[in-house]
Amino acid sequence: MTDTPTLSVRDLTVEIPTRHGILRPVDHVSYDIRAGEILGVVGESGAGKSMTGNAVIGLLDPPARITGGEVLLKGEPIHDIPRARLRRLRGKHMGMIFQDPLTSLNPLLTIGDQLTETITEHLNVGQDEARKRAIAALDEVGIPAASARIGSYPHEFSGGMRQRVVIALALCAEPELVIADEPTTALDVSVQAQIVALLKRLCRERGVAVMLVTHDMGVIAEAADRVAVMYAGRLAELGPVREVITNAHHPYTAGLMASTPLASVGQKRLKQIPGAMPRLGALPDGCAFHPRCEYAQDKCRRDPGPSLQACDGRAACWFPLGTTQKEDTVA
Amino acid sequence: MSALISIRNLTRRFDVSKPWLNRVIERLNKAYLTAVSDVSFDIEENSVYALVGESGSGKSTIGKIVVGLTPPSEGSVKINGTDLATETDAAKIEAVRDEIQMIFQDPYASLNPRWRVRDIIAEPVAAKGGETSGLAERLLEQVGLSAADASKYPHEFSGGQRQRICIARALASEPKIIVCDEPTSALDVSVQSQVLNLMSDLREEFGLTYLFISHDLTVVRHMADRIGVLYLGRLVEEAPREALFTDPKHPYTQMLFDAAPRMDAFGREVDPPKGEIPDAINPPSGCAFHPRCPIAIDRCSKERPEMRLLGQTRVACHRAE
Ligand SMILES: Nc1ncnc2c1ncn2[C@@H]1O[C@H](COP(=O)(O)OP(=O)(O)OP(=O)(O)O)[C@@H](O)[C@H]1O
Ligand SMILES: Nc1ncnc2c1ncn2[C@@H]1O[C@H](COP(=O)(O)OP(=O)(O)O)[C@@H](O)[C@H]1O
Ligand code: SF4
Ligand code: SF4
Ligand SMILES: [Mg+2]
Ligand SMILES: [Mg+2]
Repeated sequence: MTDTPTLSVRDLTVEIPTRHGILRPVDHVSYDIRAGEILGVVGESGAGKSMTGNAVIGLLDPPARITGGEVLLKGEPIHDIPRARLRRLRGKHMGMIFQDPLTSLNPLLTIGDQLTETITEHLNVGQDEARKRAIAALDEVGIPAASARIGSYPHEFSGGMRQRVVIALALCAEPELVIADEPTTALDVSVQAQIVALLKRLCRERGVAVMLVTHDMGVIAEAADRVAVMYAGRLAELGPVREVITNAHHPYTAGLMASTPLASVGQKRLKQIPGAMPRLGALPDGCAFHPRCEYAQDKCRRDPGPSLQACDGRAACWFPLGTTQKEDTVA
Repeated sequence: MSALISIRNLTRRFDVSKPWLNRVIERLNKAYLTAVSDVSFDIEENSVYALVGESGSGKSTIGKIVVGLTPPSEGSVKINGTDLATETDAAKIEAVRDEIQMIFQDPYASLNPRWRVRDIIAEPVAAKGGETSGLAERLLEQVGLSAADASKYPHEFSGGQRQRICIARALASEPKIIVCDEPTSALDVSVQSQVLNLMSDLREEFGLTYLFISHDLTVVRHMADRIGVLYLGRLVEEAPREALFTDPKHPYTQMLFDAAPRMDAFGREVDPPKGEIPDAINPPSGCAFHPRCPIAIDRCSKERPEMRLLGQTRVACHRAE
């Protein structure tokens, strides 16, 4: 074991040039994921979760592109390498699981062919061995009668089964990093529980580093080790999952947690954050959250948005909650 | 108290046969899918009745039958004593239809992109030749938007704002009942709480009755007075909110509750439910849940359990107690 994290993202910035100016859907985002760790990523839609994931694995759709910072896979920069090399890294070292399993599967090939193709491409094994591994991979993700189902096409599976096949496909070349972007959002609770349990087991047994994007705070609490909260393209908060959920330092995180129905059991009204997340083209000056923040002060409106360092790397807030800094300003 | 909506032995089958020629060549019989099977329940006036269940359990189909978008195959839905499927008095049908509106899951798909918000909201009233001046503006303010938004187009609004517009449109004809099909499933949590609060406020203000369809147990727990749990088109359990959440009696309800991720369950290792929902075209015999049920007995695969009353709970399970 080394101390080098499987994934290091440093000041990652993604920009999209448009007629109305340059948009920055990912703005100086930094985090690490270690082997065997699940980093949960939450935030409302449009916060930049998928863009961050896609930038890491080199799947940004032009004209969006990385304009700053770096992405290190086991210490090696991968944000500026040629596309062909990146494609080889994907699959071999990085697996992907998206919300809609059909986007990751070829409808015209049997799942067995798709798995063996990926295995022979990335691992040094022959056809027979690849087939054996394909069956083992399907077996591992809980496809019943794997050796019989290997000749089936994606449409012959239910949504939950397809997502299992995608996970098998993402893991069959034994990658060190898996990016799972809302992998259970389209699935029922019972299937979701199966898929989350599967991801956790694979992460633990194989020491895979997982970036798990989801908007379901329950899934985050049960699966993630640490959680990153994104707001308007920036990291608002980053910390151990229990800490962040029960003792949020960023007012946005606190509002988000409080607005889930579970936080108001037995109460007539739910807590709500006023307003909506600003569009990228119309970000307010200062802290992007200030128009909705009940703790906003002059500094928040005036000074450039705070970085995570403002609060020991935990929250990007000038006046974080639950810290002495906060009490000082109140006093 | 009398029921505002009374649903009895409701069944809806869909013909899912292949085309005639294929059937002849492949020697297939006609195939039917039973989306809703012998469902009965009542909704009290001014209450929120929630239907929960996983995908394909028949929630939306029941909602559509209740608003009259699709007819039942068997059984009846009475609204204030009137059965839309059999009533012959056109004026009465019209009156009942006015009293009931529907809000759908996808606020993007359910607003005509080429219409101004004013026309979208006033349409149900305009279609009947009603008075529409100032109507949209008034309703927009009621749902927390501004009167000036009336002249904008749907694309200028976020998902949560669009759902507010859908709600305003549903309110335009002054309904008594709103069927809400997953009204916040497409919204972020922070926006969801705004919309749910709005729905609670409107319910009090206008004395509305909601049939609230959702797969999200935490949302249902917050909104509903009474909850029905569906599995493969069958109502398996029905109870007042507290009874259901403190003492679920049906093994499927218990499985759902156990599987639902919890925000306070850090690192919880769930023993996930086995299997998936079976094919609705060939549902299992007897109790449809028996292949996945941890306490199934011989009788379960042979005999469909009747609804029984246990305390405040109605439950369809041979073994529930
Ligand atoms: N027009 C139709 N023709 C054929 N089958 C249909 C039709 N409408 C619904 N079904 C089937 O009826 C069953 C119940 O569908 P319904 O849409 O009511 O489920 P639901 O509980 O609302 O699910 P979801 O949570 O996915 O919205 C499903 O198996 C569905 O495929
Ligand atoms: N091709 C594009 N042109 C302009 N803006 C885009 C484009 N693709 C994505 N965006 C914007 O980038 C932001 C981040 O998007 P995304 O990463 O998909 O968010 P999330 O996954 O958190 O919902 C959003 O504001 C989105 O509208
Ligand atoms: S920096 Fe100011 S406005 Fe921003 S979250 Fe912190 S207190 Fe609120
Ligand atoms: S009737 Fe039998 S199979 Fe069905 S839920 Fe009850 S115990 Fe389980
Ligand atoms: Mg996304
Ligand atoms: Mg539905």
